[in-house]
Amino acid sequence: MKRKIPLIITFVVGVVLIFAEFIPHKPFGLISGELEKWYLIIAGFAIILGQLNLFKVNLFKIRYKQQNWQYFILTLVSFSVMVLCGIFWGTQNNPGVFGNGAAIATAMGDKPFDYLFLNVYQHLSATMFSLLAFFIASAAYRAFIARTTESNLLLAAAILVMLGNTSMGSILTGWLPESLKFLHLPRISEFIMKYPNTAGQRAIMIGAGLGIIGSSLRIILGIERSYLGGK
Amino acid sequence: MATAKRKQLDRRWLFLLLFVGVALPLIFVIGFPIETTENVRMVYNLVENTPPNSKVILSFDYDPGSKPELHPMAKAMMQHCFDRDIKVIVTALWPMGVQMAEEIFSDIQSKNPDVKYGIDYVNLGFKSGGIVTIQSMGKQFREVFPEDMNGTSIDEFPIMDGIKNFDNLSFVCSFSAGDPGIKQWVQVTHDKFNRPVTGGVTGVSAPSILPYVNAQQQLTGLLAGLKAAAEYELLSKVPGTATSGMDAQSIAHLIIIIFIVIGNINFRRDKKAEKRGE
Repeated sequence: MKRKIPLIITFVVGVVLIFAEFIPHKPFGLISGELEKWYLIIAGFAIILGQLNLFKVNLFKIRYKQQNWQYFILTLVSFSVMVLCGIFWGTQNNPGVFGNGAAIATAMGDKPFDYLFLNVYQHLSATMFSLLAFFIASAAYRAFIARTTESNLLLAAAILVMLGNTSMGSILTGWLPESLKFLHLPRISEFIMKYPNTAGQRAIMIGAGLGIIGSSLRIILGIERSYLGGK
Repeated sequence: MATAKRKQLDRRWLFLLLFVGVALPLIFVIGFPIETTENVRMVYNLVENTPPNSKVILSFDYDPGSKPELHPMAKAMMQHCFDRDIKVIVTALWPMGVQMAEEIFSDIQSKNPDVKYGIDYVNLGFKSGGIVTIQSMGKQFREVFPEDMNGTSIDEFPIMDGIKNFDNLSFVCSFSAGDPGIKQWVQVTHDKFNRPVTGGVTGVSAPSILPYVNAQQQLTGLLAGLKAAAEYELLSKVPGTATSGMDAQSIAHLIIIIFIVIGNINFRRDKKAEKRGE
């Protein structure tokens, strides 16, 4: 029974939503509208669930002193500080439990939550993203080697797109006469992105779409049951 | 041994060169030429051809991690909308998107105090749920967003008068760093509710979004990466951080290409040496 009821709910909801997609009238339209509201409420709770899970997983790692357990303390402290700052003094125009914390805001220049967000989180986040540039450069130097015909093609396409996507492309081939403008690097780059890339991407998207339909049907029909937990 | 040594150039040299190559053009702006592309012109023309007093949604679906790439284009687009007297309704499918939009609005408002909150602009805040949220907005906008980000009822804002669903909007624009984002806006707002959708994405995710720019106009143009942001700034004649950032990006790409060439030369030399039996 414990497994049958969720399977029945999944089947009924799945079938109703498929019908609603093709027949958006009563009663299917109404039911799907109601189910969408339910989903939004559940999605809101999922955030709280995620936060609780973050605590649980990190506490577990600290308790059993797993590798680099000290870093998990830092995660929990950072998380708690941000949450408490938000609860106590609020964010931007929203007051917290202790009001707007005018004295603290005057001293810091912003409310504590906003101060940490603007001066710590934003910069750390941007730094993490920026580090990618260094890793990409290093990886490109090591991996972009013309070993085979395929890798030759990849290498040539990558260099043309890279050049075309910067001002260098315009400088290098900007002098070409009108009759040879099709060799202008930004145009070649645009061509590669528009045709070969799009063709490949569409094939991937169609494949992924069919995969999603297949796995959704398996879930609706109760063949795939891993979401219920257990074996 | 000689072969192995030649292959393993200390990557710290590459990092140092890249750092200098990016930092110097940001300090001393070179001003490399920027050419506009068709996809960016399509986005620009969409805003240009939207009648004044129309209402549009700008969805901020990114966080500070993608700020360097997406923020300049979002700022240029919002500024362009205000210049054309287009009313901007902001939503966010990512929690941090709310602050991203507020940052841009405060910056624009500090230079142009005529732009008023609630009349020309409103920030409805973050809503979880991704594609389902968009689907619900298309049917019952006011139920999904009954209040703005500060908890004020949307009925109090003149900008929200008459907004019931996507039919009351001219277009939707998503600045997207992943899921949920532009893909979901296309799949629902264009494909289901038949409203124009446009947007901006990071350079790295552009190849997977480009197929939506097609004859059916699932996407009306696309701003892909910092270059597109610089092109948009050029078209709207308001140079910003993207224009100056393009110098740094161009140099960085050039350095990477030079190192790819060096890597390949080393590989060829090693192969020849191997053949000779060295």
